Amino acid sequence: MSQTTTYLLRGARLLGGHPTDLLLRDGVVAAVGAGLDAGDARVVDAEGLIALPGLVDLHTHLREPGREDAETVASGARAAAMGGYTAVHAMANTDPVADTAGVVEQVWRLGRDAGYCDVQPVGAVTQNLDGAHLAELGAMADSIAGVRVFSDDGKCVSDALLMRRALEYVKAFDGVIAQHAQEPRLTEHAQMNEGVVSDRLGLAGWPAVAEEAIIARDCLLAEHVGSRLHICHVSTKGSVQIIRWAKSRGCDVTAEVTPHHLLLTDDLAESYDPIYKVNPPLRTAEDVRALREGLADGTIDCVATDHAPHPIEAKETEWSNAAMGMIGLETALSVVQHAMVDTGLLDWAGVAERMSAAPARIGRLGGHGRPLAVGEPANVTLYDADATREVDPTAMVSKSANTPYRGMRLPGRVVATFLRGVPTVLDGKIQ
Amino acid sequence: MRHLLSAGDLSRDEALLILDTARELAQVSGRSVKKLPTLRGRTVVNLFYEDSTRTRISFEAAAKRMSADVINFSAKGSSVSKGESLKDTALTLQAMGADGVVIRHSSSGAARRLAGWVDGAVLNAGDGTHEHPTQALLDAYTMRERMGRLEGLRVAIVGDILHSRVARSNVLLLSTLGAEVTLVAPPTLLPVSVGAWPCAVSYDLDEVLPKSDVVMMLRVQAERMQAAFFPSAREYSRRYGLDRDRFARLPDDAIVMHPGPMIRGMEISAEVADSPRSTITEQVTNGVSVRMAVLYLLLGGSESAIGN
Repeated sequence: MSQTTTYLLRGARLLGGHPTDLLLRDGVVAAVGAGLDAGDARVVDAEGLIALPGLVDLHTHLREPGREDAETVASGARAAAMGGYTAVHAMANTDPVADTAGVVEQVWRLGRDAGYCDVQPVGAVTQNLDGAHLAELGAMADSIAGVRVFSDDGKCVSDALLMRRALEYVKAFDGVIAQHAQEPRLTEHAQMNEGVVSDRLGLAGWPAVAEEAIIARDCLLAEHVGSRLHICHVSTKGSVQIIRWAKSRGCDVTAEVTPHHLLLTDDLAESYDPIYKVNPPLRTAEDVRALREGLADGTIDCVATDHAPHPIEAKETEWSNAAMGMIGLETALSVVQHAMVDTGLLDWAGVAERMSAAPARIGRLGGHGRPLAVGEPANVTLYDADATREVDPTAMVSKSANTPYRGMRLPGRVVATFLRGVPTVLDGKIQ
Repeated sequence: MRHLLSAGDLSRDEALLILDTARELAQVSGRSVKKLPTLRGRTVVNLFYEDSTRTRISFEAAAKRMSADVINFSAKGSSVSKGESLKDTALTLQAMGADGVVIRHSSSGAARRLAGWVDGAVLNAGDGTHEHPTQALLDAYTMRERMGRLEGLRVAIVGDILHSRVARSNVLLLSTLGAEVTLVAPPTLLPVSVGAWPCAVSYDLDEVLPKSDVVMMLRVQAERMQAAFFPSAREYSRRYGLDRDRFARLPDDAIVMHPGPMIRGMEISAEVADSPRSTITEQVTNGVSVRMAVLYLLLGGSESAIGN
């Protein structure tokens, strides 16, 4: 990857608008306007392509350290670049858990060495995700990784008092607690959404109320102590309603939705193929509708992938023995186009807000999610919204292949990704 | 019909064909030589991941009476205990040329998963809390033999519906065959969406009994009360157990069924279990005939079941 090349993106449609040229030089957007002089710049034909600010993922599992057989920081960062991302937040539930300054700095360095996108570690809220003792949040915030997002994701911080303390404590360094909302007692042995399908299939149910009760509690707590709260992977209609209500009261809450919860429903479990097993589980068509509406009206602030790589053997098994989670970095933008843009719910400026600006704001990533304007960091994604592709798990850049979109035809293709002016993806290929 | 995974996969005609074939085959059990050559040269594997003496022996007897070669593969003492996956076990059975695999597994959907990995016919002998289709078939067979019909028959199924694969299969099969099913349980032991099932629901056993031709009692495990499904075994028994007084509320010709194993004193009292109107041992006998019929229809090809 040459550090010095200047790129001229010719004829790109900025946020889906009129075609213009973008000149990327020295890591920033040097000029914007029609008919720019190429000079010594390498010209990228971007005619018909949509230019978006580089995407930012608030919720990525990179598995390193500990489960390098499923993903590494480097392989996950490459998958992110292929999906149009220039920054990802690496979740803390690694082995060892990212609950100390040492581990978050290790992940941060691995990301910087890989170079495909900025890897921003998320710190655990509690030691070893035990839900009982606060991790050294301040040390992680003060470390070179500069952690601002803290989460026990995969587990809920279910103890109300501990959650209150965590919310309060991170105010000292402008942190945010990202809650995995799952009341543990209501979801013991839970396998899938509780409802008509789980009852027929004889799989233990994960009721919507187990998510909604925690969200309601935490919104009230955050409001009481005046803290910032983020809700991970919102999956139910009731959750959207509660967050809308909390925001109307002035609670400083933000929320994310995954691409798969915007598209897939629990009836896919009829096959008992655990490729569809995920936590929180796929819900009903009514929930999908509410999530799309919530994302469109801003109740839900952003899309986050919850990219969760697993090796083949973790999924080629009985449903109840299978791991939960699905990969999503390389399909997220296509799914959002399909679910939100092609349905008229969101325009491309809206996509830029929900997939770049908002997650960067929530994660306090100053160099990302910025407008494509002169002087701003040259983090750019070029996207061909007119392409279609059949999803091929074996063609994934991720080390894992557990995509639920296997064989589906999805719209769109990431053509190029630039990280501070350097292409990580060009002509649809990783650089 | 390539596999038997769910009672819901059976059409009315297919279900009746199985019951009619079972009746034909039941004649064999009355002969001094209880053996037919029908499945000679076919291999049936009994793949049992859960302890189940009753069901395994029933399938084994059924296959042997049809002259099939039977391989019993139990999770204990096999490669499974060394951590082999279901898929690898399936591929092994495939390589050994199993024509049919009878699977009992603690995970719902295991039979369906197995069917995706082997070429032979898969028979679900109970998967987790999902289904147990041959149990439902033998129950329907028993009802038809005793009551002479299934259409319009009023069947009460009482007990732990939530965790019962027997209840799920029976509701599906009996509704296909035109019976009227009422599920009776405390609300905690009913699925949340039970209203969408093709049956009625009641919390009151005393109210349902006088209007029932068949009452099927399900086992209720005492450990359920640790998870607060009901306060105590005694209270469960008081409200939902079939004792002598409740038994007296049934119509005179009504029968009492139980898929076993039963817990006497919990869901059923000893005098009811041992009454002539209880079909519990008959169900076991009929189980062999019904499983012979299913094996024949899945593996037997076009020749007649009994031969000439």
